Amino acid sequence: MTLHDLEKIFQAKIDQEIKIEPKDWMPEAYRKTNIRQISQHAHSEIVGMLPEGNWISRAPSLKRKAILVAKVQDEAGHGLYLYAAAETLGISRDQMIDDLHSGKAKYSSIFNYPTLSWADMGAIGWLVDGAAIMNQVMLCRTSYGPYARAMVRICKEESFHQRQGFDALLVLSKGSEAQRAMCQDAINRWWWPSLMMFGPKDSESTNSDQSMKWKIKRKTNDELRQNFVDMIAEQIKLLGMTLPDPDLKWNEERKHYDFGEIDWTEFWNVVKGNGPCNKQRLDARRKAHTEGQWVREAAIAYANKKKEKSAAA
Amino acid sequence: MHINITKYYYGDIPDAGNNNTHESTGHSTTSSWPLWEVFIRSKQGLDHKHAGSLHAADAAMAIENARDVYTRRQEGISIWVVESQYIHASNPDDAEMFYEPASDKVYRHPTFYDLPDEVKHM
Repeated sequence: MTLHDLEKIFQAKIDQEIKIEPKDWMPEAYRKTNIRQISQHAHSEIVGMLPEGNWISRAPSLKRKAILVAKVQDEAGHGLYLYAAAETLGISRDQMIDDLHSGKAKYSSIFNYPTLSWADMGAIGWLVDGAAIMNQVMLCRTSYGPYARAMVRICKEESFHQRQGFDALLVLSKGSEAQRAMCQDAINRWWWPSLMMFGPKDSESTNSDQSMKWKIKRKTNDELRQNFVDMIAEQIKLLGMTLPDPDLKWNEERKHYDFGEIDWTEFWNVVKGNGPCNKQRLDARRKAHTEGQWVREAAIAYANKKKEKSAAA
Repeated sequence: MHINITKYYYGDIPDAGNNNTHESTGHSTTSSWPLWEVFIRSKQGLDHKHAGSLHAADAAMAIENARDVYTRRQEGISIWVVESQYIHASNPDDAEMFYEPASDKVYRHPTFYDLPDEVKHM
């Protein structure tokens, strides 16, 4: 069978909504795109623990602390599901970790912003996880089987993340003047970076969209971003807060909210590594990995010793 | 200033204009833990079902890690782990030929037999 035939069979499977599994034939570019996307998604979950980890020891109550610990633990789990999914494509865990630490692989830029107040925990849950869920719900139907299955598991767990965030903000929004101000300030800071999470505008796309053809992705950046704006613009009314966008208004004709222009210079700056916390985040990951090295080595030494002992006995 | 924008998706972040130095962290990979497949019984009376995979130094650690990774919400009451290298699988390239013998034997299904309505309890 020629390469062309194999590609035709592959595309026919995709078109018939048949999932691609690890041992199936796939074009090299499909494999590479998935490795890249899944591993960077995994890195986002792992680095995503850092901004929230910052507030675990300072949560305002035991209840909030327990919730935050559970959420951060989920994110570690989500990272692990995704690393495992990427490994089915032939890349090793060590390689992925190394690519993250060297700066070769990226993670979502949103995690390069600092968490300055407790209200940021609410805003992250509501806005950042809310934006992530839009992407992730779509990815439950992605064409690569292990990725789709990981996403289904993640989506099931993720909805509590968004709800606890809104719940935390709702409490603040009904609190003192200072609490209300803190709530509004967090929303102001997280709104635009959340919109940037969906990536550049469709019209700015220079490459033909292979990811849509391969059904790795099923909705465009702009479609997802619009869904998100429509959802949040309604939900914020319940908080009695405002979104920091003077151009935000309902468009009766489009049946969607119009919204202002995103600052793409800021977006590219953060992607390039010049965000407020890029260095800090990577340093924290490298430190954790380096300091855990002896534990990994000790565990394997212990396992080997036990194996030898049981073989001798 | 012209910025060359390429499309990206959540988890798929562009390489373009990356200013980071590509230093390697340089850890040896020789000590990496083996991969394990995890099977979970969600409740008494049901089969163990494949849940996913993870790395662990030995079986005991694999079971503990599986508990933390796959049963944070009471998804299981029993866990099996097996090192991935011991799994043998059928070859997807042979699927057509391999499963073909079952495809023309409709008489193996109860719906193949058209019986009168008067026949009860069958």
